[in-house]
Amino acid sequence: MGEPFLSVQDLRVQFQTDDGLVRSVDGLSFELRKQQTLGIVGESGSGKSVTSLAIMGLHKQARLSGQILLDGQDLISMAPDDIRRLRGKKMAMIFQDPLSSMHPFYTVGNQIIEAYQIHHAVSTKVARKHAIDMLGRVGIPRPEKRVDDYPHQFSGGMRQRAMIAMALSCDPELLIADEPTTALDVTVQAQILDLIRDLQRDFHTAVILITHDLGVVSEIADEILVMYAGRAVERASSDVLFTRPEHPYTWGLLGSLPRLDTEPTDRLLQIKGTPPSLINVPSGCPFHPRCPYAELNGERSYTSVPALKASESGHLVACHLPVETRHQLWETDIKPKLEGP
Amino acid sequence: MSEAILEVSGLVKHFPPPRKLWRPRSGSPVKAVDGLDFTVFKGETLGLVGESGCGKTTTGRMLVRLLDPTAGSIIFDGKDITRLSKAAMRPLRRDIQMIFQDPFSSLNPRHTVGTIVGAPFRIQGVKTPQGIKRSVQEILELVGLSPEHYNRYPHEFSGGQRQRVGIARTLALRPKFIVADEPVSALDVSIQAQVINLLADLQTELGLTYVVIAHDLSVVRHISDRVAVMYLGHIAEIGPRKSVYETPMHPYTVALLSAVPVAKPKSTKRQSRIRLQGDPPSPIDPPPACPFHTRCWKAQDICRTETPPLRELKPGHRVACHFPENLTP
Ligand SMILES: Nc1ncnc2c1ncn2[C@@H]1O[C@H](COP(=O)(O)OP(=O)(O)OP(=O)(O)O)[C@@H](O)[C@H]1O
Ligand SMILES: Nc1ncnc2c1ncn2[C@@H]1O[C@H](COP(=O)(O)OP(=O)(O)OP(=O)(O)O)[C@@H](O)[C@H]1O
Ligand code: SF4
Ligand code: SF4
Ligand SMILES: [Mg+2]
Ligand SMILES: [Mg+2]
Repeated sequence: MGEPFLSVQDLRVQFQTDDGLVRSVDGLSFELRKQQTLGIVGESGSGKSVTSLAIMGLHKQARLSGQILLDGQDLISMAPDDIRRLRGKKMAMIFQDPLSSMHPFYTVGNQIIEAYQIHHAVSTKVARKHAIDMLGRVGIPRPEKRVDDYPHQFSGGMRQRAMIAMALSCDPELLIADEPTTALDVTVQAQILDLIRDLQRDFHTAVILITHDLGVVSEIADEILVMYAGRAVERASSDVLFTRPEHPYTWGLLGSLPRLDTEPTDRLLQIKGTPPSLINVPSGCPFHPRCPYAELNGERSYTSVPALKASESGHLVACHLPVETRHQLWETDIKPKLEGP
Repeated sequence: MSEAILEVSGLVKHFPPPRKLWRPRSGSPVKAVDGLDFTVFKGETLGLVGESGCGKTTTGRMLVRLLDPTAGSIIFDGKDITRLSKAAMRPLRRDIQMIFQDPFSSLNPRHTVGTIVGAPFRIQGVKTPQGIKRSVQEILELVGLSPEHYNRYPHEFSGGQRQRVGIARTLALRPKFIVADEPVSALDVSIQAQVINLLADLQTELGLTYVVIAHDLSVVRHISDRVAVMYLGHIAEIGPRKSVYETPMHPYTVALLSAVPVAKPKSTKRQSRIRLQGDPPSPIDPPPACPFHTRCWKAQDICRTETPPLRELKPGHRVACHFPENLTP
């Protein structure tokens, strides 16, 4: 299999604020190979965007520690100018909010042209042709006309596609897509996911797809990482995660989701309480105030942080419950409720 | 089925054409809602789905009379409310309420929860036997907040709790009929489930009737008894939940349902997604005849020349299409 293309080890990202130190990412580790897609899921504030901005080297005020190896180079110790040179070609990002990452006063075409010329010594005419090609590839109708439009002249879905065109214009080796479809209608969302899949097949791109939507990751990810309070609580292949998830938080996410493939149940399996503060992170397992199984472990869930450990090959879980108990709870307690009557 | 609480016919809302910079208004109006006919029955939940801009919010705002219809009629509990003045609407405000999409901007940040939830009593001049404060605290408990929250401000609450405050305000005067516009879309998944469960519990307890607007087809299926699918200001299809979701007849519904990602292992997925081409057309310049014909893979000449009427093709299940799908189940 060879070396992973991206390796993140024990990443910590913290912000000093008036209210205290915010531990946005707290010891996160994962790897990603070429042509592979990693889905990162978790609720609002769990540290998904902060993680991606750390990889892209876009944090200004944060304290970073740990290791981010991209194709063997450590990004955390790298000088800002050197990281900037990697953006575009080595790695690129589709941002959560397309309007904020496109310049309102430049045409969509000019923004792609400029990005392309940073990495390719070509004439503007050649770059423009490339921009039109890219817009066509992402499904913008009549790209030779639309290339001269300003971002606000595009609909939400088209803007998102234009951003993808921009992110992909230099064939990046790593693509981070932060909630690329959240604001979009399902039919447009399906188009965008198809597009990312097609481009990945053609360019062997490594993709990180960030979302809070388990349905979306299940469409496209090979591997899934579930984040809670800045940490990974579960990591597994997509098939394993949806067949036999082991972490109580993952169960809660699945239970909270009304789904189309089962009979509707009367009540959803809600998770009690609210997401934690990242300034005063709960002691022990950060999920314990919301976990229905915390007391099964005596004091441990309240006092000691569970490590992310393999329960079977390639399936990592951070929970004090014994593996057999987790399997049993899933089979008898959770799965029947998810599948309905 | 039980009796109707709301009857809508020929409902239309056209907005004046968008203003161009430095030029007077000109051109055609925005046909946000362009002729809706439907009924809402007592005690049920009618779900309203469709893509962004299809007219869901505009419809909802007309139903609660926050917006004046351009044409058509709205009969509430046997009374024509289409053209009622503000003053004439006031007594009906007790019965008809709306829950707004955004739990952050719909609450006044300078008012305490007590003031916000108690406002409907004061505006309506309603006296309660135990006093307003006691009544407000009861409602707070009903929606899963605690009476101690009475003196707190909105910024001290999480998104889900704020949505509960909004729901509490809506429930203050014990309405009969509630329009909820995207009640959970701004919330986290785990909190969404709490609010969805709450809405269901309140319906059972208080016998409420809901029209729930949402773009999430899974959410709508979970909470609705009947579902209306909108496209470009029209109803494409309306019917009982099971019938619409299991045997959708309008090609647009079929495409929408096939595009919803389902959280399950890839290996067990059906691979029959219908890819719709392009974006929905603009409501300023909607396609003639069937509004879906520019994206429909079944479109024939007649679809471009004749508007398909909304016809009942299965019990309670009406469809506006010349060539419906799933006709024989
Ligand atoms: N510059 C900053 N200063 C202080 N705190 C920050 C900063 N950036 C992010 N945070 C905090 O870090 C936490 C993680 O934020 P992040 O944006 O990664 O969440 P997310 O998982 O992407 O959530 P969402 O799903 O809402 O996008 C949040 O609590 C956020 O408030
Ligand atoms: N006050 C207004 N003036 C002009 N046009 C309007 C106005 N309000 C809404 N529209 C237009 O009417 C159409 C329908 O809007 P509406 O808000 O009802 O859609 P929606 O289905 O609720 O969409 P979403 O899912 O995005 O909330 C849109 O094209 C919108 O731009
Ligand atoms: S460690 Fe304890 S609190 Fe945390 S998820 Fe496992 S059982 Fe729940
Ligand atoms: S009437 Fe024609 S264009 Fe419209 S949905 Fe039916 S088949 Fe498609
Ligand atoms: Mg984010
Ligand atoms: Mg709306």
